[in-house]
Amino acid sequence: MSEALNELGAYIEAKRPNCVLSWDVSHGELNVDVTPNNIVGLVEFLKNDATCRFSSLVDITAVDYTGRAKRFDVVYHFLSMYQNQRIRLRVSVREDAMVPSITSVHPSADWFEREVFDMFGILFSGHPDLRRILTDYGFRGYPLRKDFPTTGYTEVRYDEAQKRVVYEPVSLVQEYRQFDFMSPWEGAEYILPGDDKVAPDGHVSKDAK
Amino acid sequence: MMDGSKGFEDALTGEQKIRNFNINFGPQHPAAHGVLRLVLELDGEIVERCDPHIGLLHRGTEKLMESRTYLQNLPYFDRLDYVAPMNQEHAWCLAIEKLTGVEVPRRASLIRVLYSEIGRVLNHLLNVTTQAMDVGALTPPLWGFEEREKLMIFYERACGARLHAAYFRPGGVHQDLPDALLDDIEQWAHEFPAVLADIDGLLTENRIFKQRNADIGVVTEDDILEYGFSGVMVRGSGLAWDLRRSQPYECYDEFDFQIPVGKNGDCYDRYLVRMEEMRQSVSIIKQAIAKLREATGDVLARGKITPPSRTDMKTSMESLIHHFKLYTEGFHVPAGEVYCAVEAPKGEFGVYLVADGSNKPYRAKIRAPGFLHLQAMDHISRGHQLADVAAIIGTMDVVFGEIDR
Repeated sequence: MSEALNELGAYIEAKRPNCVLSWDVSHGELNVDVTPNNIVGLVEFLKNDATCRFSSLVDITAVDYTGRAKRFDVVYHFLSMYQNQRIRLRVSVREDAMVPSITSVHPSADWFEREVFDMFGILFSGHPDLRRILTDYGFRGYPLRKDFPTTGYTEVRYDEAQKRVVYEPVSLVQEYRQFDFMSPWEGAEYILPGDDKVAPDGHVSKDAK
Repeated sequence: MMDGSKGFEDALTGEQKIRNFNINFGPQHPAAHGVLRLVLELDGEIVERCDPHIGLLHRGTEKLMESRTYLQNLPYFDRLDYVAPMNQEHAWCLAIEKLTGVEVPRRASLIRVLYSEIGRVLNHLLNVTTQAMDVGALTPPLWGFEEREKLMIFYERACGARLHAAYFRPGGVHQDLPDALLDDIEQWAHEFPAVLADIDGLLTENRIFKQRNADIGVVTEDDILEYGFSGVMVRGSGLAWDLRRSQPYECYDEFDFQIPVGKNGDCYDRYLVRMEEMRQSVSIIKQAIAKLREATGDVLARGKITPPSRTDMKTSMESLIHHFKLYTEGFHVPAGEVYCAVEAPKGEFGVYLVADGSNKPYRAKIRAPGFLHLQAMDHISRGHQLADVAAIIGTMDVVFGEIDR
């Protein structure tokens, strides 16, 4: 299985050397890193080339890697029902960059790109109708970014006096519980109170006492 | 026809000007199968444009999953497509098992197949019969729900819950099945074809049912590729694409079953495909039970990601510690990214999991088949009558738990 994927990866790189940054096969899946500007051309090639025939778009999503200069990975999954193979394309983009829309090649990308825009705030250039899709009408912020709190910022309730639904800032009766499960013995990156005097080699310095 | 030139010979007045009419179909509509709001632009009774507004059942599942452990996330999958809960759990378990490299014991694998097929029957029974109700028949849902009730009791006897099962676990299934339950499921599998034949006799050659479904919502091969369809929406149009056969997961490759395909790709063919799939599922259920009688053994791959047996826990200190750590901290999944898909009753249900080596998923994306099917609503329903919209929604098999997530 992975031999065929290795061949396919090499084939795509040979045919489109300027699109493919790198590729690898891991967990029996083919991953290809692509530059944002070439994504439409590559997707079109993958769709029409006889060896690839990735005719079905399976999924488009994004992953937020905070702390990286190119903050987001936009991830495309394709399936070939004819060759019975799958591929994953990854495009790294900066927070303020735009990604070309692939709706001209795969009309099914429409809602996926709307969802990525809705959840991450990534803009797709050339998308016919880039509205929010899953969140409320008039929603602000991009919920799946790592800096967006799980509780959100607003909550709704029906107001008996005004006879309508009102939006209010979130008020929590108790603080949102985020447990820290990291074992201090296995790679926790912080120092427990009291342990701060211990040197990295486990040696307690004399003046610490 | 916007200018009102509909056979009026006399001078146009304000009243005679005919403009297209916009209506809201839903969010509260019995034929919308949940909280779907369709903004329909109608020219008389003909649909000119259809804009689905989704997200009314959005619960932020993917966001919530990022702050919970892998095991705590499992029950969220029951709440996606709540018509066939265990099929969704299956995809999540497969993704975790792929990353951790855990082999599922044979008995657990067979139980998973058994309950996935029960889920398929659950789903198709609901879909076929309520779609019939959307086009005017009241009896089928009453008959179908009687059988669904029996199947839900099998769910309950396996895991204690009728709907939100949380039965498939990473590394196997939660508990073993008692022999009496296997006997009862087999008994049901022998009786069910007669009920199916009754529903079949009620609908298949019914004049009204055929008039409402035949040649409605035709899907071609090009539509399938352009709109990314999967499942029955593909098979109804003659493509024998089934992940159970083409990319076998679990132990589906050792089962003997046929993949029914339609010819015309209309609502009626999709109905026929669903009926035949139920018969095939019953056959798989019987085979699975026969295999389960021979395959005795554990139902969980004992190790880091699964709890120890109760006996171990009561006698061994290490097991007790492991149990405590597993249900508080949870297990750690090695860093990496995988996409795992199962042939859920509605189509390809996939999970894209990005793990960073901790006890929580860094990102989990749920790929729901209904999302793509509903997206094509504008394309498929355009030019149809308003009444056909209900038939098309019914046959697309949309459930908002999975579309809105």
